[in-house]
Amino acid sequence: MHTIYLLIQKEFRQVFRNRSLLPLIFVVPLVQLLILPLAATFETKGIRLQVLDADHSPQSRALTRHFAASPFFHLVDAPPDARAADDAMMRGLADATLTIPPHFEADLLRSDAAKIHLSFDAVNSTTAGLANTYSLAIINDFNRTATATASATAPRFWYNPQLDYPTYMVPAILVLLVTIIGLFLSSVNMVREKETGTIEQINVTPIRKYQFIIGKFVPFWIFALVDATLGLLLARYVYGVPIVGSLALIYLLLIVFLLAVLGVGLFFSAISSTQQQAMFMAWFFMMIFILLSGIFTPTESMPEWAQRFNLINPFAHGIRAIRMIMLKGAAFADVRQEFYALLIYGSLALTLAINRYKKMNS
Amino acid sequence: MMNVIETHELHKAFGSFTAVDRISFAVAQGEIFGFLGANGAGKTTAIRMLCGLLKPTSGAATVAGCNVFTQPEQIKRRIGYMSQRFSLYEDLTVAENMAFYGGIYGLRRREVRRRADELCRRLDFGHARHTLIRDIPPGWRQKLAFLTAIFHHPTIVFLDEPTGGVDPLTRRQFWTLIYEAAHEGITVFVTTHYMDEAEYCDRLSIMVDGRIVAIDPPETLKKRYHADSMNEVFLRVVNG
Repeated sequence: MHTIYLLIQKEFRQVFRNRSLLPLIFVVPLVQLLILPLAATFETKGIRLQVLDADHSPQSRALTRHFAASPFFHLVDAPPDARAADDAMMRGLADATLTIPPHFEADLLRSDAAKIHLSFDAVNSTTAGLANTYSLAIINDFNRTATATASATAPRFWYNPQLDYPTYMVPAILVLLVTIIGLFLSSVNMVREKETGTIEQINVTPIRKYQFIIGKFVPFWIFALVDATLGLLLARYVYGVPIVGSLALIYLLLIVFLLAVLGVGLFFSAISSTQQQAMFMAWFFMMIFILLSGIFTPTESMPEWAQRFNLINPFAHGIRAIRMIMLKGAAFADVRQEFYALLIYGSLALTLAINRYKKMNS
Repeated sequence: MMNVIETHELHKAFGSFTAVDRISFAVAQGEIFGFLGANGAGKTTAIRMLCGLLKPTSGAATVAGCNVFTQPEQIKRRIGYMSQRFSLYEDLTVAENMAFYGGIYGLRRREVRRRADELCRRLDFGHARHTLIRDIPPGWRQKLAFLTAIFHHPTIVFLDEPTGGVDPLTRRQFWTLIYEAAHEGITVFVTTHYMDEAEYCDRLSIMVDGRIVAIDPPETLKKRYHADSMNEVFLRVVNG
């Protein structure tokens, strides 16, 4: 016990004397949390819309006005004909075209049904999909005012009623930043002692392998939890993200999540002989696992194999659990599966790290 | 007198390369034992096996009464080690390094402080106790590394080229420290390329291509090889 205490004390002293590491641990994550949620937004505003109005009726102009009034659309010059409209889309001068055929008003008044045509530049499929959704809402709205029979559906969005992107992204980015800090610190630290040669001195002492690994593990665990706390404060007071669930449960999940992340980092450190090797492994691991985790895109729309892969992806569990607790107020029973998955993952990774760290070479 | 190191046909091969070729020797308690050999003769490999850092391929060896194959961790409680590479923590102070290593060997806090005081006084180093190692000149660092290696009063201390790149004055001071340690009963196992240092040893072994080809006190070796100095002895032995 005393040995572990000495190792942790040494590690803290070294970190606090390292003038390049300290800002990295505490400032970078905050900057990240202040910038990333704004960049990671899916919100699409100012979609450039051209209206090819062949009807020139009061109703067609009313529909156009509905689009113009929306913050999501921005009307650009109307094209003279269909060919010019296509050309503008091709050259990227417009993102969407609304074509109102002749007799639009007449059809609408006679049969309560009229056709219009919408096309989107779908090079960015996310933007196109969103533009489509916004358009439907506007057309719905128009229907209600223009006809008597409108039975519009008014969706209600639960848990995030304003469809606020920071609300969705901030918890995930919080998880991301503790991962970056935890993974890089742990993967680089132990191998640094190999490079400087101090590990040889450690290896010739009676320090047990598990003591050494725990001595590396605990300090970074604490640093990452401090970062998480700063992140939660920012989430609450800068982004106004509601923290519906229990804080204790959030920390409990973060603790097991970090067990997995740091375990993996220390494992990389144990099997590498240079900091570059360890960094590269950590980087590779992080890119793949984060992109597959569902941080930006719903996992449900990924192919079957990717969804199954996420069973062994600690980020997928971590992000899902933290989002569920923060936004839906999930109780322990709801995130039980994630908790145990991360606990098992972390214990395995840490055991592997202890196992692969060799005090005696062969 | 009791032997603190005994090896029998101790052997280490890396693939098809034989680094240490079935060496057998013994070191008695309290001896200053010089372990000589040209670069690449296998000295460091042998030391690393004796310290439990490297698994021997075959043979047998005991260090401080413990088997290197089956009890490497027990050996580590009883030895001190100073490697070729400087390995104190440069971002910790002198006192912190000593407290860290002392604590790891189970010394109590008061004991650590007492011993650090004593060593710093012996070195006339009290003023720099709270200086970071990285700010201390190289010669001093070597002396501190040595004192840290014997801080917990081991049975044996292994020194792998402890005076590499150190000026003659500091080397002499370093050897005074070695004598003091030996006087306290610590067996000293030292490798060096300085033949004037070899003269200070009680007994010497000379390794060539992984084998020990000579092992005796310096005087005996000089007589046998009809040489005036250890330098000549070394050259004759190594050149075959």
